[in-house]
Amino acid sequence: MFYYKRLNSDLSIIQKIKEIDYVLLICIILLSFISLMVMYSTDGGDILFHTKNHFMKLIVLFPLMLVIAFFNIKHWHTFAYLFYFLIILLLVWVSFFGLKASGSQRWMNLYFFVLQPSELMKIAIILTLAKYYHRIKIENVNSLSSITLVLSIILLPVILVISQPDLGTSVLIALSGLIILWIAGIKIKYFVYSFIFGIISLPFIISFLKPYQKLRILTFLDPDRDPLGAGYQIIQSKIAIGSGGFNGKGFLKGTQSYLDFLPEKHTDFIFTLFSEEFGFIGSIGLLILYTIIIIRIIHIGAISRSNFSKLFCFGFAFSIFIYIVVNLSMVLGLLPIVGSPLPIMSYGGSSLLATMIGFGIVLSAKINHRQLIAG
Amino acid sequence: MIKQNLGIRKSDVFNRRMFIIGMAKVVILAGIVSRLFSLQINENKKYLTLSDKNRIREWKLPPTRGNIVDYFGNIIAGNLKVYQLHIIPEQVENFNYLLVRLKTLLDLSDKKIQKITELKNKLKPWDSIIVSENLTWSQFLKVNNYLYDLVGVKPVMTISRNYPFNDVYTHVLGYVSQPNQEEIIENKTVQERFVPGMKIGKLGLEKKFENHLIGTNAIQRYEVNAYGKRINQLEYQKGSQGNKIRLTLDTEVQKLSAKLLLNKAGSISVMDIYTGDIIAMYSSPSYDPNLFLFGISQDEWELIRNNPLKPLIHKTISGLYSPGSTIKPIVALSALENKIINPNFKVKCTGKTELYGQTFHCWKEKGHGFVSLKNAMKQSCDTYFYEIARLLGVDRLNITAKKFGLGEKVLGQYFDNEKQGLFPNTSWKKNNLGRGWVLGETLITGIGQGYTQTTPLQLCLMTAQIANGGYKIKPRILVNNKPLSLEQAKNSMKVDSLHSPNLKLFDDPKNIKTVQEAIFSSTNEIYGTSYKSRIDDPKYQFAGKTGTSQVKRISKRERELDLKLEQIPYKDRDHALYVAYGPYVNPRYALSIIVEHGGSGSKTAAPMAKELFKLIIDRDELRKKQSNFEDINI
Repeated sequence: MFYYKRLNSDLSIIQKIKEIDYVLLICIILLSFISLMVMYSTDGGDILFHTKNHFMKLIVLFPLMLVIAFFNIKHWHTFAYLFYFLIILLLVWVSFFGLKASGSQRWMNLYFFVLQPSELMKIAIILTLAKYYHRIKIENVNSLSSITLVLSIILLPVILVISQPDLGTSVLIALSGLIILWIAGIKIKYFVYSFIFGIISLPFIISFLKPYQKLRILTFLDPDRDPLGAGYQIIQSKIAIGSGGFNGKGFLKGTQSYLDFLPEKHTDFIFTLFSEEFGFIGSIGLLILYTIIIIRIIHIGAISRSNFSKLFCFGFAFSIFIYIVVNLSMVLGLLPIVGSPLPIMSYGGSSLLATMIGFGIVLSAKINHRQLIAG
Repeated sequence: MIKQNLGIRKSDVFNRRMFIIGMAKVVILAGIVSRLFSLQINENKKYLTLSDKNRIREWKLPPTRGNIVDYFGNIIAGNLKVYQLHIIPEQVENFNYLLVRLKTLLDLSDKKIQKITELKNKLKPWDSIIVSENLTWSQFLKVNNYLYDLVGVKPVMTISRNYPFNDVYTHVLGYVSQPNQEEIIENKTVQERFVPGMKIGKLGLEKKFENHLIGTNAIQRYEVNAYGKRINQLEYQKGSQGNKIRLTLDTEVQKLSAKLLLNKAGSISVMDIYTGDIIAMYSSPSYDPNLFLFGISQDEWELIRNNPLKPLIHKTISGLYSPGSTIKPIVALSALENKIINPNFKVKCTGKTELYGQTFHCWKEKGHGFVSLKNAMKQSCDTYFYEIARLLGVDRLNITAKKFGLGEKVLGQYFDNEKQGLFPNTSWKKNNLGRGWVLGETLITGIGQGYTQTTPLQLCLMTAQIANGGYKIKPRILVNNKPLSLEQAKNSMKVDSLHSPNLKLFDDPKNIKTVQEAIFSSTNEIYGTSYKSRIDDPKYQFAGKTGTSQVKRISKRERELDLKLEQIPYKDRDHALYVAYGPYVNPRYALSIIVEHGGSGSKTAAPMAKELFKLIIDRDELRKKQSNFEDINI
């Protein structure tokens, strides 16, 4: 009894195991397998660097997710702000001492692992805002001071990440934060006003963009402008996906990736490779899998009694959705190229770590969905 | 309690807002799916093509040129396997070491080594560098022996043009070599089929029939990666060899001509008098076209270019010479045809003729006495021909000469460098030199000096047309289909002349006969100028007319000195000419021989005809038997 008390839970371990959302779990396992398979294909049908590393990361992070799942979600509520500040500190640290690669400074070397704190911020922002809105009175949600505070919470990491520079991740952090505001019930007219304001100030914002970011937008609008330079990625990605057709070219037979025409095929363009080899059928299957995961998370949020859990689940589900949409739109040529990984599928430890932590918290929310958290 | 109420209200807000978001998600997801659908289903074909375009690259290989064969089917321009040495830089472990090894093995020059290094820096690491285009067999063996030590070196066998008879056909065939930028742009077919290392015709028939000979490229399709490196071969599409060309020429006669003119400047042409088939056309000196295949060295080129005997000129069709006495049959014929004289017309030769205070010499200082047409032709009496030329006038002579092909290109379409020569008349002089014709000029035109300029092939054609009884023939160098037999050729010649009168070159066949007999006497009767070169055997017996054309005016002093050939500077020596046809009974072949600065026609040129006729007539049987003809469309 004391043991369970220490975990701040009224449930026995057996009950907890029973309460796990197996649909979500199976989907995650399935997705992990698919990601390993695709990684194997990017290595040219061999177990090489990327496959091995991705496998190792899954082996380590999957148990981590389960451990988090068995922790009571209360603790995340308790430590949400701390977590947020910790990541802010890491972001500040990175901006001074971080590793540099291809013109941006976003990583810290932990020797066994290269961490990208901005990825963790995607989770931290949801946790923090979930806690904030969990505690605040509903009447105060639309008060000026509250909105100002909340916007500052969002803006601080966004500015830090933009300065790395990493436009993609900062946009995703901002969107994750804003969606919590939306769910929390901030007046719709505020969103409409700021949207209009945003459109008006767009030219002004664009003038602040770095030349390479402007180029990306121009390239997005017309990829054939510079087919061997900036437009190359979009064009090659569209060719790969388009040539996949209905059935795909077959596992390990994607010529675009096999012959190195696809850039960044391990990370941001992993879907391109998948779609080339498994075709329309495979792509729809993958989308269905993701959809099941998202619906499942929303379902968990819906049945959760505590508002913290609810907000986190809704926010996280939306974030996953946004990551997928941004990533797919990018490789399909619907959005400019902003670095944005596909959850679980893309190679990259920090993104996987953040996603797994997120899933862990969601699973924990499910296990403890009947529990209320004191504000 | 209040808190709880608020909590419930809060979660209602959350759920409601989430529902709105959910709707938005469905719309966005539908958008993504429709985009996927449009790319993968609707535009699948387009992107599949693009993907193949990405990954499949074609490599064209140089086409194999068609063979050129002589009348008997012997290959005179063929293709040979050559051994090449390539380096593939990415496979080389130590480039400098390799270069040092190759340098000693193949005796490469420092310049060559420098070139290889430059190429290495320019090309992609997987592109091969050609170290040597043409290794000798022993070099090839050497390289193969040391291959274990030469990592990254690839011995390659490939096909290259080859001229087995070296310099015998050079002026006719020309040669092939690497094309320059303009040549690639000029010719659409070459442009299409061009690959580095390919060679195109630069001269002669190789150039003229480039598109016929060129052949199609073999194509290798490779799968390549994004950097252009070949990953694996998907397909090999064989090219087809270029079309064949068959010539009327006979290699044996051509070779004999080369032998006879060895170390001399000149030309020999042999022609079938009925079909117009050119049996031989050799211009001396010649040069070896094989030298140009892999790039001629500066030294070798200088040697050819600076040779005083001018090997680069195709003398048979581009060399212009005064015909000298070889024109006399035409002068005689013209006089007979115009009824200026009859065969019995006699002139007294005293060794010189005076006209308006100018003296015109006969070659024989003492004179020939009273000479008839036959004797005048036999002994080549200049005085006689001065006289009949004077009576005839240059304009009438010009008409006859034109009929027999003087002043016109013989082959026309085949060689860009063919010259048309010149046979003057009064209006030509007025139009081109702006001065009136002088009677003295008629006299020297009558002995083939003055303005008249002929190519050796024109003289050959002229002789052939006298020999065949005075019918126009169309000389040809290509065998496109089965040639006519002798009877067919004779018949069609006569039948054609009935339809188009301009193919008949005479009014009275007796006149042709008279001229033929006069020419015959010149070779086969005593005192004839080529009597020493005669063959008595009727099978080989031929009739010919010598010619000795002056290259400069002989001064009085020189005439008195009467110098021997060796005492005159080479440049000032007379050209030796000889035109002939045979066998005299049932003639079949005509020839013309010119030896530049060879002295007199009877001493230098006529003896060559003797040897030539022996061979030509011996080979006539073989020529008739030749049967394996195929239709060639050009």
